Amino acid sequence: MAIVRDIMPAFELFQPATVDDALRLADKYGKDAWVMAGGLDTFDWLKDRIKRPKVVIDLSQVAELRGVREVSGGLEIGAMTTLTEVVRHPVVREKFSILSTGAEAAASPQIRNQGTIGGNVSQDARCWYYRGGWKCYRAGGNICFADTPTAINREHAILNADRCVAVNPSDSAPALIALEAQMVIRNTHGERVVNAEDYFIGPSIDITRMTVLKPGDLLTAIRIPATWAGAQFYFEKVRDRQVWDFPLMNVASAMVVTGGNIERIRIVVNAAAAHPLRLTAVEDAVRGKPRNAATGEMGGKIAIAGAEPLRYNGYKIPLMRNLVKRAISGVEEAQWT
Amino acid sequence: MPDKSRADQTSDETPRGVSRRELIKGVIAAGAVSSGAYLFRSSIVRADQAAAGSVERLVTLSVNGQQRRVDVMKQETLATTLRYKLGLTGTKLGCDRSECGACTVLIDDVPHYSCSILTHTARGKQITTIEGLASADGTLHPVQQGVVSEQGFQCAFCMSGFIMATVGFLKVNPNPTRAELAHGISGNLCRCQDYDKILTAMMCGAENLRKVS
Repeated sequence: MAIVRDIMPAFELFQPATVDDALRLADKYGKDAWVMAGGLDTFDWLKDRIKRPKVVIDLSQVAELRGVREVSGGLEIGAMTTLTEVVRHPVVREKFSILSTGAEAAASPQIRNQGTIGGNVSQDARCWYYRGGWKCYRAGGNICFADTPTAINREHAILNADRCVAVNPSDSAPALIALEAQMVIRNTHGERVVNAEDYFIGPSIDITRMTVLKPGDLLTAIRIPATWAGAQFYFEKVRDRQVWDFPLMNVASAMVVTGGNIERIRIVVNAAAAHPLRLTAVEDAVRGKPRNAATGEMGGKIAIAGAEPLRYNGYKIPLMRNLVKRAISGVEEAQWT
Repeated sequence: MPDKSRADQTSDETPRGVSRRELIKGVIAAGAVSSGAYLFRSSIVRADQAAAGSVERLVTLSVNGQQRRVDVMKQETLATTLRYKLGLTGTKLGCDRSECGACTVLIDDVPHYSCSILTHTARGKQITTIEGLASADGTLHPVQQGVVSEQGFQCAFCMSGFIMATVGFLKVNPNPTRAELAHGISGNLCRCQDYDKILTAMMCGAENLRKVS
């Protein structure tokens, strides 16, 4: 797809000041409306003329969606809080540092200054066949261009693929799932709360969507319970360049270790499948075991069970095995500076 | 009676004080108006002026401390407005995809890619471009002075973006280590691969800034 360097095609713009107004607009325009948070994912679609919404509902003026509030030992983060605000928040840094590390690993400083936590978890897949406007399964077509014998698919999925082999590219999503976060979703009919791990969906549930959000739904806040405050955290992101690039894979783990043994653990890997993968089999296997290299090795082997590489992404299998191992047993030298 | 000399006639007709740069800006602005005309087609959705959140075409932007009235399309990015409507061509457009940093400006002192924010979103905020850094008497900003003393750039297309990113970063961390500054301005690319000298110039600028503040 050629890069088009001029002005985006016209759309009607709304900048509501309240969630209620935003919901009314989203309800009124339904599928014609595009809800925009920071806009970093949005503008790629619009500038490339791949998506042509008639109406853009820009949430940037909705003050009630911004900010981090302390709620009974945990946090409630407004969906329009920028990644930089999340990264710099003292309570996030002190109690839930895995989230500040994960959010800081995303994109570039200017993108984090504008990109929001709600947008980061709700962003679309980055498969370039899909982003390039090819009529694939995810775009409502009947083929996956990334899963053909000659396809270039180094960044694609090794697990849970179902026709579509795109991955979820979010860096904050695995951290939020590890922290047992909850997503607050509103529409004109009311509010519902879903667990972070259920917020993301794979192609077997709906091949055209990355999350449970449907037209008219708005992610308004992310709640982080006190459950994992101050636990031992590990986050690592592997990518080609240390700025901008989406993860080839990332891992997030939260752990409580008592007397050298793993008492509680949650471990999540992203960019391995179409949704962040919580590795419950690994969690079950390592719980109660000593936190050491042998346990990490075991966890890594269990994590990759059933992985199916495509032509160019076989490296992701040892990568995932090693990341899971490191997320369990830890490595001093993996601390990113 | 001899005619006035040719030189005098010319000087009477040619407005003085119009620099080449100003002339080019004028041509750019005129070109933008004509070539952009097809985009001013009427709205796809019937204008619903009563609806909450609908936006006006004429907006007032606060740019470099001045209030600027400007006619803005709904889909217009801030970089387009700054360069082609307000003539502030110091802000460069590199990739137009949040991937290079050349268009970096400060919005309420925070660095943003101006190619990737709608002008309407920047209403009511303080926008600072490279043109707004020097003081009224022409004294360069300490970070710009750092560039002059260290000659940090080769082609310098990326320069205004780097300077704006640095100025924004130094507002949060005025005394960074070289590694911290490198991380802070990692959202800017230089195709000349001149990063080491750029970083030296920006560190010099940070030192200059600490001296004056």
